[in-house]
Amino acid sequence: MTKKTDVTLNINGQTHNVSVEPRRTLADAIREDCGQTGTHIGCEHGVCGACTVLIEGVPARSCLMFAVQADGKAIRTVEGLAEGGKLHPLQQAFMDCHGLQCGFCTPGFLMLATGVLEREPDISDEDLVDVLSSNLCRCTGYQNIIKAVRMAAEQMRSS
Amino acid sequence: MSAHDHDIKTWVGRSIRRVEDPALITGRGRFTGDLAAQRWVSFVRSPVASGRIKAITLPPGAMVITAADLDGVKPIRPMLHKFNYIPISHPVLADGVVRFMGEPVAVVVADSEEDAEDIAEQVELEIEETPPLVDARAAIGEGAPAVHSEAPANVIVEGRVKTPGFDDVWTSAAQIVSVDIRSRRQNALPLEPRGAHAAFDSVSGRITLTCSTQMPHLMRTAIADLVGIPESDLRVIAPDVGGGFGQKMSLTPEYVALVWLARRLRMSVAWTEDRRENLIACFHSRDQYVTLQGAFASDGKLLALSADVLANIGAYSCFPTTCAVEPLMAMAEMPGPYDVRAYACHARGVVTNTCPMAPYRGVSRPVITLALERLMDKAAKTLALDLVDIRRRNLITTFPYTSATGLVFDDASYRETMEIAVEALDIPGFRQRQAEARKHNRYLGIGLATFSERTGYGTPAFAARGMEITPGWEVVDLSMDPSGRVEARIGASPHGQGLRTTLAQIVADQVGVDPSKVTVVHGDTDRTPYGFGTFASRSAVIAGGATLLAARKVRSKLLQIAGRLLEADPDEIELEDGAAKVKGTNRFLPVEQVARAAYHKAHLFTDLGPGLSETASYDPGGTFSNACHAVIVEVDVETGGVKIERYIVAEDAGRLINPMIAEGQIHGGVAQGIANALYEEIIYDETGNILTTTLADYLPPTSHEIPAIEIFHLETLTGDTLTQAKGLGEGGAIGAPAAIINAINDALSPFDITLNEAPATPQRIHTALQQSGKWS
Repeated sequence: MTKKTDVTLNINGQTHNVSVEPRRTLADAIREDCGQTGTHIGCEHGVCGACTVLIEGVPARSCLMFAVQADGKAIRTVEGLAEGGKLHPLQQAFMDCHGLQCGFCTPGFLMLATGVLEREPDISDEDLVDVLSSNLCRCTGYQNIIKAVRMAAEQMRSS
Repeated sequence: MSAHDHDIKTWVGRSIRRVEDPALITGRGRFTGDLAAQRWVSFVRSPVASGRIKAITLPPGAMVITAADLDGVKPIRPMLHKFNYIPISHPVLADGVVRFMGEPVAVVVADSEEDAEDIAEQVELEIEETPPLVDARAAIGEGAPAVHSEAPANVIVEGRVKTPGFDDVWTSAAQIVSVDIRSRRQNALPLEPRGAHAAFDSVSGRITLTCSTQMPHLMRTAIADLVGIPESDLRVIAPDVGGGFGQKMSLTPEYVALVWLARRLRMSVAWTEDRRENLIACFHSRDQYVTLQGAFASDGKLLALSADVLANIGAYSCFPTTCAVEPLMAMAEMPGPYDVRAYACHARGVVTNTCPMAPYRGVSRPVITLALERLMDKAAKTLALDLVDIRRRNLITTFPYTSATGLVFDDASYRETMEIAVEALDIPGFRQRQAEARKHNRYLGIGLATFSERTGYGTPAFAARGMEITPGWEVVDLSMDPSGRVEARIGASPHGQGLRTTLAQIVADQVGVDPSKVTVVHGDTDRTPYGFGTFASRSAVIAGGATLLAARKVRSKLLQIAGRLLEADPDEIELEDGAAKVKGTNRFLPVEQVARAAYHKAHLFTDLGPGLSETASYDPGGTFSNACHAVIVEVDVETGGVKIERYIVAEDAGRLINPMIAEGQIHGGVAQGIANALYEEIIYDETGNILTTTLADYLPPTSHEIPAIEIFHLETLTGDTLTQAKGLGEGGAIGAPAAIINAINDALSPFDITLNEAPATPQRIHTALQQSGKWS
């Protein structure tokens, strides 16, 4: 066993002081050390995007980062998306448009789309497809995911 | 809810939102990997395809289990009682011999996942390599070594069929047309890999196995048998399952090892497969050679069909279906939706030194349809017929229809769905556009694929295969509690299809409450009646039928109780909007009051018995969904790349219980079919080493590659299922490879290309172009 390092992970506004091996991925630390299992791990080599979280507002693969690299940074996960029990427009749109089936990839897609729409609210439909192509879904054939994100983008712009 | 839903009075038929979603979109889904364990395991896997284990050297102090330690654990030995089946043993851990790259040889137990992986890397395997067999044709070649000594010729399942008078019909035909099809290996690739958590309860002595499976009850039966414990000592839970697509319906040796370990260590142990393990060692599919010949009359009528099917089934036969599932389904269903009376087939399943094969969405029918639809296009070209006309002349139009292999097709719409798809395609307009584009060296093509999809079949169908275990029936326990809420406990076990919602809609119509008041419980052998899980597009049909029957029983009792409470004839009562109402009056009682009376005023209904709990079972003969897929592609002859311009599905799955969910299933299936047609392939080199071990090598399509899919529904209501619904989970994956590969051939027709292989990768298209001699 390698020596552990103390790290402070700020997840959805809550501070988690954890002691992790330097090789521990951020995904594992979020899930296992901080108990936030909504973030999923699908490939551990950065292709599927199921583990996508926001770090300082930017979508990142938490399987490709070490927990020590996220020390002190603001991390947002799917558990922090709904506010005060009210679903985020993206969550509502995924439900309304049947943008999920098994739901395993869904947290990654939600965080990817949140990060993009917050930074670029007027993103074009074509560019959205481009962005969403960074994550994999095996159930939906993407069509309803794209529909959901476009619907949420519209709602976020008008609200 | 979509606009037209407002006209529908029943819950069945409406696109209501899924009850599954709120947890999954807020991070509160519960997957196997979310459970913490006391110990973690990692599997040491064979780095070579074939060899004898000479020595396993363990790092000092580590806890490592090998086959020698698994005292009393029986090997997996799936059984079939027909078709010259040779049973072969599949040890949970390799026992002296390794037969494929990735086969588990040892299991390491440690305090953390990382430590387990570290130790696994330090385990040294000394394996004396033997020449591997990778390809099915090589495995049946003269002098090929035997993968298993029990099967010296490597053929472990073989079927032959030939209808009487076949030879006479064959020789009378005007034209024989032949196609050689190759369907390469694919991985079902659920986003959540396999995972298992086995916990020992020191009080009861029971073990709870939480695992990512499609059939928890059968896992319990199989694992208890292999480990040698009573079934009641094992509880299997399938929590949220992150996709299965068939890959998670077969017994996986790793889960057996986990249960054995939990029992031995008297604690909880966990394993989560990584993506590399999933790609190299979790069931593959599709790997088939098919030679299909059609004997046609000069007017294009198909008179006879002759098929040779060679399926590479990998190193072991899978449980419970056995390896026969691909070759024998091909044999039984090859004639597809076409009316052909004379049929001959020789189908074989061959063992090789590759990862075992198991059912995957569509099971064999993507290959059958590819072969048949390539044959139709080639015959049309040979006989100078239109690609639609040749199909019109051969599709089955009268029902019920008994196929050459004895399958009985219920009412379907092969012809109608094709006409809908063809009209949407606008072939005359397309041909003009195609001709114009060719002038600018742009190559467009159209492709059609019409198919039948056998769904929702019960025990007679499985018994006909000679299966040791004949799945088919389902049981549903349904109770309305005293507050009027309903719980349906089902043996089916979905993995993302939205079955909880679909079944709640069926119940809601019967007992007059909102679907939100219906909870469907699944995936826990302690909480649900024995059942076979979810596979073969069966759940909406079979579990749906059992649910309907159980709900009707509860309904009947509610009506009788309400009748007495309201002093009306039960026939005069209607159940809707949460109330029991006397028709044509303003007299009513809320359903919960009726329910409460059933429990707490049972003295008034002694003849009916107390409470509102009913059980029903259903075991249908089966039904056939159908569809026509029509596609327009553009092939870039410089790069060999294919772009899908339009994708049309005209689908008939009988009554649609939730159209939104049905369309979602079609979208997902088509995406996997497109992957099969153009991108995904597990590639072995000649030594049996897999070259596609990451998602950067194995190319699952993204939102860029999957087009918008235009869906047209027909609803031919079948009398052969209780809900009039037919299964549709697999259809999308069945039609896409044939439609797309036909379209590529159409696009490249100026070059006289013959491409009969899936996936049609840029490299293969390029090779075909170069071989045509008409492209430079």
